[in-house]
Amino acid sequence: MSSMPEKNYLTEKRGLKSWLLTLDHKRIGVMYLIGISISFALGGIFALLIRLELLNPGRDIVGAQTYNQLFTLHGAVMIFLFIIPGIPAALGNFVLPLMLGAKDVAFPRLNLASWYIYVFGALLAVVSIFTGSVDTGWTFYTPYSTQTSGAVVTMTLAAFILGFSSIFTGLNFIVTIHKLRAPGMTWFKMPLFVWSLYATAIIQVLATPVLGITLVLLILERVLGMGIFDPAMGGDPVLFQHFFWFYSHPAVYIMILPAMGIISELISTFSHKRIFGYRAIAFSSFGIAFISFLVWGHHMFTSGQSELASMIFSFLTFFVAIPSGIKVFNWLATLYKGSISLDTPMLYALSFLFLFAIGGLTGMFLATTATDIHLHDTYFVVAHFHYVMFGGTVIAFLGGLHFWWPKIWGRMYNENWAKISALLVFVGFNVTFISQFIMGIKGMPRRYYTYLDQYHRMHGFSTIGSWIMGLGFFIMVVYLVHSIYKGRPAGSNPWGSLTMEWETTSPPPTENFAGDMKLTHGPYDYDKIVPRTD
Amino acid sequence: MSHSKDRPSYLAHHFSDPAQQSDSAKLGMWIFILTEILLFGGLFVAYSIFRAWNPDMFYNAHKFLDVKMGGINTVVLITSSVTMALSIRSMQLGRKKQTIGFLVATLLFAAVFLVIKYLEYSHKFHLGQLPGKFYTFTGVKGNNPHIFFSIYFVMTGLHGVHVIAGMTVIVMMLVRTMRNRFSSEYYTPLEMTGLYWHLVDLIWIYLFPLLYLIG
Amino acid sequence: MDTTGTLLMPPAGSTIAGEVDAIFNLILYVSIFFFILIVGLAAFFVFKYRRRGEPGLTSGVDHNIKLELLWTIVPSIIVVMFFVVGFRLFLKMNIVPANAIEIKVTAQRWMWTFDYPDGANSVNTMVVPVNQPVKALLSSTDVIHSFFVPDFRIKMDVLPNRYTVAWFEAVRIGEYNLFCAEYCGKGHSEMLGKIKVVSEDDYKEWLEESFKVDESMPLEEYGESLYRSRACNTCHTTDGSGSVGPTFKGIYGHQVILSDLKTVTVDENYIRESILDPRAKVVAGFQPVMPTYQGRLRDREIDALIAYLKSLKE
Repeated sequence: MSSMPEKNYLTEKRGLKSWLLTLDHKRIGVMYLIGISISFALGGIFALLIRLELLNPGRDIVGAQTYNQLFTLHGAVMIFLFIIPGIPAALGNFVLPLMLGAKDVAFPRLNLASWYIYVFGALLAVVSIFTGSVDTGWTFYTPYSTQTSGAVVTMTLAAFILGFSSIFTGLNFIVTIHKLRAPGMTWFKMPLFVWSLYATAIIQVLATPVLGITLVLLILERVLGMGIFDPAMGGDPVLFQHFFWFYSHPAVYIMILPAMGIISELISTFSHKRIFGYRAIAFSSFGIAFISFLVWGHHMFTSGQSELASMIFSFLTFFVAIPSGIKVFNWLATLYKGSISLDTPMLYALSFLFLFAIGGLTGMFLATTATDIHLHDTYFVVAHFHYVMFGGTVIAFLGGLHFWWPKIWGRMYNENWAKISALLVFVGFNVTFISQFIMGIKGMPRRYYTYLDQYHRMHGFSTIGSWIMGLGFFIMVVYLVHSIYKGRPAGSNPWGSLTMEWETTSPPPTENFAGDMKLTHGPYDYDKIVPRTD
Repeated sequence: MSHSKDRPSYLAHHFSDPAQQSDSAKLGMWIFILTEILLFGGLFVAYSIFRAWNPDMFYNAHKFLDVKMGGINTVVLITSSVTMALSIRSMQLGRKKQTIGFLVATLLFAAVFLVIKYLEYSHKFHLGQLPGKFYTFTGVKGNNPHIFFSIYFVMTGLHGVHVIAGMTVIVMMLVRTMRNRFSSEYYTPLEMTGLYWHLVDLIWIYLFPLLYLIG
Repeated sequence: MDTTGTLLMPPAGSTIAGEVDAIFNLILYVSIFFFILIVGLAAFFVFKYRRRGEPGLTSGVDHNIKLELLWTIVPSIIVVMFFVVGFRLFLKMNIVPANAIEIKVTAQRWMWTFDYPDGANSVNTMVVPVNQPVKALLSSTDVIHSFFVPDFRIKMDVLPNRYTVAWFEAVRIGEYNLFCAEYCGKGHSEMLGKIKVVSEDDYKEWLEESFKVDESMPLEEYGESLYRSRACNTCHTTDGSGSVGPTFKGIYGHQVILSDLKTVTVDENYIRESILDPRAKVVAGFQPVMPTYQGRLRDREIDALIAYLKSLKE
């Protein structure tokens, strides 16, 4: 049986202060993990309340105004506080330097500053909840957002500040990947998770400033009555939508690309198989990143934009499907003739394939202009993006979390409970959102507090699904927290993986590796090396 | 972890040599500058759109900007960029006193820029050429002239914030220079500050003609 | 094409609905094929190549040009096909037939108002003739709304600073739901309307009827019907419970406190003023969001509403 290394990053220094002032990317990663977990729990509670309210038409637990605040907060918290920083800032922060054989990220101080900016932004968002709250939807569409009462300025300011955190993380990662790879690690010997973080970082750096300035203009619109987005003063509310989606559509790929990177790692590791189409997967990330800047108008087919614009945006949107499809087929080909074990992380990778396939294919209905007219702003859209964001990103995040958990804490969770929890989340998710596809097709508009009787049954299914998911997450919290204290020591490479983070102890020492690292084999050389599991 | 004697004190533990450290800093700074350009990019887009929609109003409104003051400010800012560059040059040659002198000069020019900006602003405040709903001036022909002044104040205001941020960083550099933190071997932070200051200058070089000259 | 809707789609009530459903089904079948392909292959591989005993070396094959070209080119052709069929129909959905009747649709929080070519108007129920193209000229007086009729497969945002257009040709007599599909605040989910499709004759009759003032009905009863047809009930209850606006129950004759802290007695003149100029004297605790009914209600109709309010004693 392996035992815990005596000196590691968790135990070398102790006390709260040693954490709050740390420059160690691993500790910062763990602090991010705590932050995003709290945010996810908060957003999840909002989601459960929304579903509970929608169990029956009319009032169940809250009034219309509170309901509108709940779905706004669910969206804003999940997007700005959980899913954007989720994989890059928490898991990426911990793993990236380890995967590169580096001792830290390029700018450790900036890394810590990003975390503090994140916490400050998060607190500001919480303040907005208690100072009038926000009922605009997370999209802050004008002129509603400039007219409604509530703490819109505080919330948008929070999102603005969180944007800086995201920019700094992206900047840090780009420089780290360029400059801190271990000797021998050429660009095409990098693990695919690193490639995906690189593509993500580029979008973070290029798109987030535009969101920043858009939110500044929105704040000034409210405070000074600038007139830029306000139709009563000669401004144009649709201009806000263009500005907003110019960031927020690429932001969707900030959320999904790192998830795809994790899936590449999981599928290769648990099939013990060289990844199929390494370059195709790496380049398809950049294909997606590039196209992501050119498709924002597909959110606006019904906004009265010109037919020409809709045509171009629809056409380009379809070409997001090609690189995404390439990735999926490459993962399938990787499974072929592998040696596949169904540990919990792999279960998540397989449910990703299932759910992301649905999420991606339903995107076709929305990219097609004629069918989008009917489906736009209905529950079909809600279900579609939850299949991509939850079925894709969150499931991959959970897969990555279970994959690297033994590296982070040095201890293993209970595999049986983990499988039960993964199954509950998978089943609960499908029950919740398949019913939303159906009622969306039948015309149920989104953001409705109450609804016609014909949608009652589907809403009922959806709410029951949310409880199943809730139970799955509850079990997960219990066995994960339990494992930190009581789990059996994991050993340095429990899964038999060939990427570099498994060559150091679990948990790693503060300096990451015992000496200077040098690349001795590629990340996926399963045809040359049988990795030791220990 | 080996702490060999050839590791200079300014080299952070996770870099293997000074070249790697300074290359990283430069790459990081260039990326940051890119994000700054994109931040202003949003405003330039807003400017272009509203100008395209209201070309006459923009033309009429821009006449109320003071080209003389704006022009002086352009010269002041370009000069400050020169003194900033000279301060780095001096440090490369190891001349600490000269570096300090040029940094102080840069700060002074920046302050002059802000003073002139303040005079311009207060004149406009006085006339009621204010952004958005506070706009009370009546002398501009065309629809919604408040939008021109909204854009003017946001663009120059955000630029002003960048000038102040730049001055803060220059003061920090001044203190670190006086405390002998830099030498002819190591002056990366000074160099980065220079890059940032040139960016601030560059943005103004675009703002001035767009707002003051062509409207 | 069948126009009765499909397994998933709601009934098809307009000329274009069947065509939209055909494209929807096309994408659906292609998607089901790919979904079964992906998930089926994954399941098959996971079963066939499950790990038995200690892992050894595995195949190092990492590319296959033919396969890779296949899974790049085939999906590309399919999506271009989707794009073309989808966009051709989209253009058709955007080109209004020349013989369409134009009805002006005004959206405001949280009601729909319809103005017909010869001066008639209605609230929340849009009456249209069957088998006749109708052009809805849309605009909003406040925030963005969206004009959505699921059974007609049409949706168009309603903007405050410009006109947008939606058109449809209903194929069957009946009533169809009209939803607001762009979030617009507290009453968003109750901003419901109806499209009432009637025969050509009934449409003409309805237009003529709407110019007659109903003299026969007692005022109080007439007021009650107006309370519903003019959408007062969206924001004002009659059972004393709170909503967007003050409840009508027992309001007549009472004193209310206004937002400027003055008090006013609710009498005939105050009610009339509040209908025609709703933002003049807003009751404290409520938002000034009510739209004006200036030009939308005749004197007798206002009289009827006042009579109705008087009848709602506590």
